[in-house]
Amino acid sequence: MSQLEFEKPILELEGKIHELRNVSSNGDVNIAEEIGRMQAKADRLLRQTYGKLTPAQKVLVARHQNRPHFLDYVDRLFTDFTPLAGDRRFAEDHALPGGLARFRGTSCVVLGHEKGADTESRIRHNFGMARPEGYRKAQRLMDMANRFQLPVVALIDTAGAYPGVGAEERGQSEAIAKSIESCLHVGTPFIAVIIGEGGSGGAIAIGVADRIYMLEHSVYSVISPEGCASILWRSATQANEAATALKLTAQDLLRLGIIDGIIDEPLGGAHRNRDETVDRTGAVIEKALGELMPCDSASLRQERRKKFLEMGRAA
Amino acid sequence: MNWISNIIRPKIRSFVHQQKEVPDNLWQKCPGCEGMLFHRDLENSLNVCYHCGHHLKIDIFKRLELLFDEGRYEKIALPDVPHDPLKFKDRKKYADRLKETQSRTGRDEAIIVAKGTIEGAPVVIAGFDFSFMGGSMGTAVGEGLVRAAETAVREHAALLVIPASGGARMQEGMLSLIQMPRSIIAVDMVKEAGLPYLVLLTDPTTGGVSASFAMVGDIHISEPGAMIGFAGKRVIEETIREKLPEGFQTAEYLLEHGMIDMVVERKDLKATIGRILDLLMNVRKENGNGGGGRKNRNGNGKKSGPSKVYRSAPIDYASAARTAGTVASLEDKKKERTRKTAVVAEQAENTARPRKSAAGG
Ligand SMILES: [Zn+2]
Repeated sequence: MSQLEFEKPILELEGKIHELRNVSSNGDVNIAEEIGRMQAKADRLLRQTYGKLTPAQKVLVARHQNRPHFLDYVDRLFTDFTPLAGDRRFAEDHALPGGLARFRGTSCVVLGHEKGADTESRIRHNFGMARPEGYRKAQRLMDMANRFQLPVVALIDTAGAYPGVGAEERGQSEAIAKSIESCLHVGTPFIAVIIGEGGSGGAIAIGVADRIYMLEHSVYSVISPEGCASILWRSATQANEAATALKLTAQDLLRLGIIDGIIDEPLGGAHRNRDETVDRTGAVIEKALGELMPCDSASLRQERRKKFLEMGRAA
Repeated sequence: MNWISNIIRPKIRSFVHQQKEVPDNLWQKCPGCEGMLFHRDLENSLNVCYHCGHHLKIDIFKRLELLFDEGRYEKIALPDVPHDPLKFKDRKKYADRLKETQSRTGRDEAIIVAKGTIEGAPVVIAGFDFSFMGGSMGTAVGEGLVRAAETAVREHAALLVIPASGGARMQEGMLSLIQMPRSIIAVDMVKEAGLPYLVLLTDPTTGGVSASFAMVGDIHISEPGAMIGFAGKRVIEETIREKLPEGFQTAEYLLEHGMIDMVVERKDLKATIGRILDLLMNVRKENGNGGGGRKNRNGNGKKSGPSKVYRSAPIDYASAARTAGTVASLEDKKKERTRKTAVVAEQAENTARPRKSAAGG
């Protein structure tokens, strides 16, 4: 499951290197040379493969289970993380954790989708698919950011809002709509980063920010390529074509003016070097916050509105 | 910049549309009760089944005629936007699909923006055209909503949005998704101006449309049986692997779950919306003196106006309020505002309104 088909030759090579390392513990020079050669080849393969991933391949990389997830970012980038729970109406949604934290000295609100790291936690976090409670908690957190003048950092990683009877019953639509409204009302610097999968309404619900970044191989789309294919091509097997047509890659969306920047992933994707990925993301957030912190509430709201109103007008 | 493109004459317009739309088969089956419906009778009953009351879809222009006073309104021109930002192609090019839809429907996009009055209150309506690519929301539709909101603010009018949409226009990719925040920014401008923002959710209102502007109205009204929801039924069924409850995602279901304020039959919509606007827009400025002097607001009193036909709401607060006194200053302001619309409309010499018998309701 966590293996990507197109990475197979690389993974085989990496496996062999690993084996050789184990037998060469006594410092055999020949073996060390061989390892060096193989490592160089693996890097070359990675560079080639990752330099020209197709949109469909990026979708797979963006969904890779070993990518750093929300809680990995929180662990490494924030201190004093104080998760806050519940929407005060119905429940706590583990798919969309969030709370107060300190980012490099600055007290802030951080929230995002958490997909989970193993089977147990994936179930607990509902695979990162939030219900209305999650989006209502997001509203609560954004209101709190407003009240205490704390900047907001949102990390987006979801296949979409959860499609279920209970979610509909409790107003999934209204919860998402109001969450978007809350984003727009935030009077403090607001940074959003798509760290993996930006799935439709469930993603944009917490993504209406002053600065929007995407990791190099993340995707952001109005509909999943599979869903799009089954509707427009009448067959889910055309998902590859759909992925290309939807222009869902970070590179496409930067060109279209939907996002403000791309965060380069380490060679071979975020799942090959999680800490490095998180650190690079941290550097980008720090820079953006630095630029936005001097702005007053009114102009932040005004500029955020303007930014979105201008999007797509001159595509 | 002249943003009023043209004045629609309901009589002529509906004639044109009738010619286009007369079905080969003069009879159709009611999706609700399977009873046979004769096209002329159906039209007379506002596209509501006269056997079972099922609300069939109704053309957006007919809807505008039903809602606006005397069926008169000014259509507002919408800005040009990039039509195919992604150069999208599935089995067919989006650009071609769009052109075909435009020539088939004779319409530019899935949204119509118009202004006029409802029971005398100034209103801008942004109505979705479901027959245009399922009423899907892309850049043009989003821009239409922005224009509608700006017009409402400029004219001190209420904004009524009437979604009928499957959701986002996926052929515009992320540019369709960002219409969710853009549409919310639009209606926020109306709210900030202290003006009412009403939503009339019609069949269907789903996906990105229901999860944006459609759910942040001051008041949410829907028609009986309308399908409203975020996720599609099939997606939910596939996810939870069980049958969905009876009446799931209908207007009545949403009413029961607190998501909309009321379910109103088509024939009562005008009176209900008129009453709400009267209450909202007068109370705020007139210190509770209500719709005083509304008597004259429909321009000239000589026409009975469509109000007669539609005065069928259970309790007619609006006409009760009408017997109250007049507050002159505000009334004058309103008259002046109405006059602008009325003058142009009267040139159309359109006393004969389209047939709007409420027989079926
Ligand atoms: Zn029927």
